[in-house]
Amino acid sequence: MVQSDGLVVVRGKTEVLHGLTFTVRRGSVTGLLGPSGCGKTTLIRAIVGTQVIRAGQLLVLDLHAGDAALRGAVGYASQEASVYADLTVAENVRYFASAVRAPASDIDRVIAQVDMTRHADRLTGELSGGERSRVSLAVALLGDPRLLVLDEPTVGLDPVLREDLWGLFGELSATGITLLVSSHVMEEAERCDELLLMRAGHLLAHESPASLKHRTRTASLDAAFLHLINEAGDAA
Amino acid sequence: MNPTMTLATARRVLLQLRHDPRTVVLLVAVPALLMLLLRYVFDSTQAFNLLAPALLGVFPFTLMFLVTSITTLRERTSGTLERLMTTPIGKLDLLAGYAAAFGLVALVQVVVAVLVSVALGLDLVGSFWSLLLVTALDSLLGVAIGLFASAFARTEFQALQFMPVVVLPQLLLCGLFHPRDQMATVLRWASNVMPMSYAVDALKRVSAGAQLSGSYLIDLTVVAGCVLTALALAAATLRRQTE
Repeated sequence: MVQSDGLVVVRGKTEVLHGLTFTVRRGSVTGLLGPSGCGKTTLIRAIVGTQVIRAGQLLVLDLHAGDAALRGAVGYASQEASVYADLTVAENVRYFASAVRAPASDIDRVIAQVDMTRHADRLTGELSGGERSRVSLAVALLGDPRLLVLDEPTVGLDPVLREDLWGLFGELSATGITLLVSSHVMEEAERCDELLLMRAGHLLAHESPASLKHRTRTASLDAAFLHLINEAGDAA
Repeated sequence: MNPTMTLATARRVLLQLRHDPRTVVLLVAVPALLMLLLRYVFDSTQAFNLLAPALLGVFPFTLMFLVTSITTLRERTSGTLERLMTTPIGKLDLLAGYAAAFGLVALVQVVVAVLVSVALGLDLVGSFWSLLLVTALDSLLGVAIGLFASAFARTEFQALQFMPVVVLPQLLLCGLFHPRDQMATVLRWASNVMPMSYAVDALKRVSAGAQLSGSYLIDLTVVAGCVLTALALAAATLRRQTE
């Protein structure tokens, strides 16, 4: 679904991603985890095709990232809710639906999927942060994308909403959609099929949560991650 | 280009404006109020008639430049532009949508300003429609240059600073304060490459009764050409991928 081979990204004069190689399995929920500033957002922007790649190869749905044929096939929600604050929820979704050439029937469907139907006529700018990011998520769901790339979709959400969203991710994945979800909260990693653990532009691990805990002989993913960091530090 | 997406964008921009009635009132009323002010500053119909035609081009140009550059800058900084660039929407669909929506607002603005000016004693020798055509084209020029200028601002504060840079030199050199053919050579050259000079010339010709021919048509063509050039330059500043 996503195949990266020696991916290098340079922003300004700094190399941000230092040759990442991994594959995101079709139909999986893959968690992209790591501390703030480790390059998660840059990797996500590379996958959705808005970030220029310096070296290596990045294939998305078997096409090079940024290929015109991928526009609209990959659903993307950035970290800050990229929707118009001065439009209502329904107006936002309707405009983006025409941009991705989604059928009009999609509008009500995606608003219902993120549980915003009763707020559909409210101005997006008047909503809470969590509600706004759900509107942004609704836009990413337009037009039945085969790959959903979500940058920290659960930031600032209360535990109940966070649980609801992960439930929704599970449902989407069951319909055959591949999800790549970034987060810096380790407890969310338990909900993923596979984990990509990043630190300072390097990939520390790529495996399932169970295998990661087993391999590092730790009880929690937090401990497993710390173990990996120490290991990487010792090797260097 | 895809007409459906252009229309959807124009509709979206107009919806955004509808949720902001204060801006709409300011856009429609301010040029007309400035004409009213101008009329009573001079307190003579004669002096008003000398300056009013040129200012009918300058006021809407300035306002539309400001509104457009700030709106587009918001689109760039809020992440919505990046999101749109991951969808099949074309850059020109987006820009044409903006130009259409703001062009419509500009049209309402100049109709009100021209009607108020005529009521205040503007002695219009030429046709009302020709005058409307030039002022509308001039507002559209403000829209197009605003779309382009927004690419060079990182914050709304910077975008505001572009207004004096883009508008004031054109205002000084367009022949409003001093006849263009009597300026020093270098200044005349500068004035010759500024689109507002042609807009103001056209406005003067129309109010003096020029027909749709000759110099008037050349002035119009120059302004229209500048609108298209600015739109093309603005399209070139929209990037699907950034470093």
